[in-house]
Amino acid sequence: MQWLEKQRNIIDFTLSSLLRRKTKNIALMIVYTLVVFVLASVMFFAEAIKKEASIILRGSPEIIVQRLVAGRQELAPVGYIEGIKKIRGVQSVSGRLWGYYFEPVAGANFTLMVPEDGSEKGQIEVGKGILRSMRASEGDILSLKSYTGDWVVLKIKGALSSESELVSSDLILTSEEDFRNVFGISKEYFTDITLHVRNSRELATIAQKIKDLYPDTRPIVRDDILRTYDSIFNWRSGLLLVIMAGAGLAFIIFAWDKASGLSAEEKKEIGILKAIGWETSDVILMKFWEGTAISLSSFLAGIILAYFHVFFTSSTLFEPVLKGWSVLYPKFRLTPFIDEAQVMTLFFLTVLPYTVATIVPSWRAASVDPDSVMR
Amino acid sequence: MEPMRKSSIYFIYLAVNLALLFLLSIHALVAVKDAVYGLDLKAEMVKKLELTDLCLFTEARYTRHLSQTDFNTPFQDHPMSFEHFPSGSIVEPPARLRMKGDRL
Repeated sequence: MQWLEKQRNIIDFTLSSLLRRKTKNIALMIVYTLVVFVLASVMFFAEAIKKEASIILRGSPEIIVQRLVAGRQELAPVGYIEGIKKIRGVQSVSGRLWGYYFEPVAGANFTLMVPEDGSEKGQIEVGKGILRSMRASEGDILSLKSYTGDWVVLKIKGALSSESELVSSDLILTSEEDFRNVFGISKEYFTDITLHVRNSRELATIAQKIKDLYPDTRPIVRDDILRTYDSIFNWRSGLLLVIMAGAGLAFIIFAWDKASGLSAEEKKEIGILKAIGWETSDVILMKFWEGTAISLSSFLAGIILAYFHVFFTSSTLFEPVLKGWSVLYPKFRLTPFIDEAQVMTLFFLTVLPYTVATIVPSWRAASVDPDSVMR
Repeated sequence: MEPMRKSSIYFIYLAVNLALLFLLSIHALVAVKDAVYGLDLKAEMVKKLELTDLCLFTEARYTRHLSQTDFNTPFQDHPMSFEHFPSGSIVEPPARLRMKGDRL
């Protein structure tokens, strides 16, 4: 109990001492909170989107076969489907029809796709992003300019669900005939080929067999797709490197400012405390509480604000960055998949260095003779 | 009335923050549980339509389907067109393209 009371007294004194330099310390806490907020927001967003991508893209085709001509993706001939079907271990093979359509009125890129179970001619289903960018609604007409310059008139028979916007915002699901009419693709070709295999452990072997059979193809296995989103918001990406470097430099300035020595006023304060009977350990304890008060308060505030930012406001501050130059941007709310280990890492990288940097110079000042410190 | 001690105010601040953190972690747990239906719906759509990518970056053809991209697409819009779309700062090229000895 006595120990607790002593700590409380020291904390009372520390807080009064901090409040004497109110402006400086409040500014410090605001900057500190902002640094933690930005780092935690990036961390929360990256973790949530990676996890979400890994869950929903698990249903992607096991292997996608693209045909390459002179290093560029070309249409795959129907004959390739028959050839791939004969490879042992392949369960089913089908051709995919999809492509991009630039809509000059909205200034947006749409993805046209033919669903496997077919769609009625002249009718389409569209993602919510398309309805927003075209200011259209169900039952409206959407005309697409074909490769000949003629208009292909399509009726919007339905919209894809809002929940699926993260994968479907820019999709137009159309019939095979309309798709081929818009892009002028003959029936002998598909955009690429997808296949399912009996045993997923054979994926690499089957991909190699496809490459051997058709050397002008490039098989992409599902793991490649899943790995693509692992690197999203990776610290090595340009923008993140800039944010991390900024935050890192801010911390170095904090630590430098603290570690390079105490101000004359602070030294005098330590001298007086020693002169009136404080032990060196008490001074260090006071500085420990000072470092903790600033860093822990800022850390907690930063983490809480970051959570609200990412999971309640749909990462509003990141939207301009994610949106880039796109006209069409999906509306989505991320699921809060939190990695506790990352939060702990952020805690150890922010709170501990600051607290240590506060204690070390005070320990040096507290161990010299109070008389010489006060002079 | 005696004014509240500064340490008490500080401990109340910490307690409120910790309580908020606790509530947020409960929120995260509940939200993850609630999201199962939505995630299943998206996964089902991905399977049915054979989709390969998230619709995050629609600014360029090659940023829309990141996993399907190749070495040439970022440079095909203009002879001097190095990677200049903002999303290029957020994602790296697919691991497949970064592997040594597996160029195309």
